[in-house]
Amino acid sequence: MKLRKVTAASAAVFALALTATACGGGDSGDSGSSSGGGDKIKIGIKYDQPGLGLKEPDGSFSGFDVDVATYVAKELGYEPNQIEWVETKSADRENALSRGDVKLIAATYSITDERKEKVDFAGPYLLAHQDLLVAADSDISEATDLNDKKLCSVTGSTSAQNVKEDFAPDAQLSQRGGYSECLSALQNGQVDALTTDDSILAGYAAQDQYKGKFKLAGLKLSNENYGVGVKKGDTETVNKVNDALEKMVSDGSWQKAVEENFGPANYKNEPAPKIGQIVQ
Amino acid sequence: MFDFLSNYDDPSLLGAFWVTVQLTVFSAVGSLIWGTLLAAMRVSPVPLMRGFGTAYVNIVRNIPLTVIIVFTSLGLADIFGVTMGAPDNFETKYFRLAVLGLVAYTAAFVCEAIRSGINTVPVGQAEAARALGLSFSQVLRLVVLPQAFRSVIGPLANVLIALTKNTTVAATIGVAEAALLMKEMIENEAQTLLIGAVFAFGFVVLTLPTGLFLNWLSKRLAVKR
Repeated sequence: MKLRKVTAASAAVFALALTATACGGGDSGDSGSSSGGGDKIKIGIKYDQPGLGLKEPDGSFSGFDVDVATYVAKELGYEPNQIEWVETKSADRENALSRGDVKLIAATYSITDERKEKVDFAGPYLLAHQDLLVAADSDISEATDLNDKKLCSVTGSTSAQNVKEDFAPDAQLSQRGGYSECLSALQNGQVDALTTDDSILAGYAAQDQYKGKFKLAGLKLSNENYGVGVKKGDTETVNKVNDALEKMVSDGSWQKAVEENFGPANYKNEPAPKIGQIVQ
Repeated sequence: MFDFLSNYDDPSLLGAFWVTVQLTVFSAVGSLIWGTLLAAMRVSPVPLMRGFGTAYVNIVRNIPLTVIIVFTSLGLADIFGVTMGAPDNFETKYFRLAVLGLVAYTAAFVCEAIRSGINTVPVGQAEAARALGLSFSQVLRLVVLPQAFRSVIGPLANVLIALTKNTTVAATIGVAEAALLMKEMIENEAQTLLIGAVFAFGFVVLTLPTGLFLNWLSKRLAVKR
């Protein structure tokens, strides 16, 4: 008899816990989807890419993606202190949106057909190209002389795959866990060049400890259209973000953000892309 | 549903798992040899060797494998210029570095498994062998180790299965094995769950028969006392 009481009590507690968490989940979902005037907006960015999305040692965030997201959030009715930044690594981005963990993603998110099946994109807000970062005194200037070179990129990234499949199948490619590991290899001469999107490279070259040591080769090896990821089917948000991006370009904040984040390092940015215009 | 798999031919799914198998086999052989030597050191009568064996095992098995593998690349290759005989071929160079790291790490576990096997051999046998005039290495080779190995096939099977799965860490230094192909697919396809399931299944296919076979073998070869 006593046992049964305990069972009933624990069942009641369990049921309460379930309903309570269900409530909590519902609440956060609601506040996430109501646009404007709400308390918080969650935005996904990268934490580890200087110049684009970087979490500083003091806990603040910097980079072009962060600036764009802050501007867009302001247009959606959120002040900077209402933004909650969430780290979205490359592999997590689609799931984070479809689960509703984040409302927007601005994390070097190239618009591709495969991804468009899973999420909707606003933008693009930046046209980047795959490029090489080389030592300041290097003479690499053409894509054709890459096959006898040693390159470095991040494991599994699109840039690494492009090297293997398209423009330098015979080049020696070292794939590493992060761009910083490639930079150390580049610095002590283990590899000739680090390859990925020029925006990311410019961000690294612009860091204080690397200033003047590296330069961009200026090759346009691919086109990457960075877009703002939005949950599939949320056309209202897509339109609002597009309006915000257009305004950002027209009032000059876009150009200012580009110069601030990618400034030094021989980076010649493309003009601001038109909304919905994807360069193949 | 699985049609995206046909987009990958260099390496293909099977090709990537073949690299995983190669990593596993080379590392297994290497760590069995190095691990046996370490175990011999740990039971040897020479204090210096005992100390080295103990220190090696306790240090290496407590360092995360990722740190060891990344060290072979950033430390050995980049700073100390170790090229493993292939300075201009990154594929071979990083494959060998990964094997080196896996051997160094797994040998610590192999050593402990074998040492536990040595402890199952009654001490009277070693004493009797010594009384017959056999040297330490003869006692170990002819009397103790043959019985020890037969009793640790089960534990060694555990180590082998763990090693098979640990080879995925080699992706962090760019060895084109299964985990690296998985990263590429996740980057391109936006189908995380399905891709994860495919690769998890691949590893089950590799490890499940290994486990069953070695389990059967260990029962067959067990020393009945």
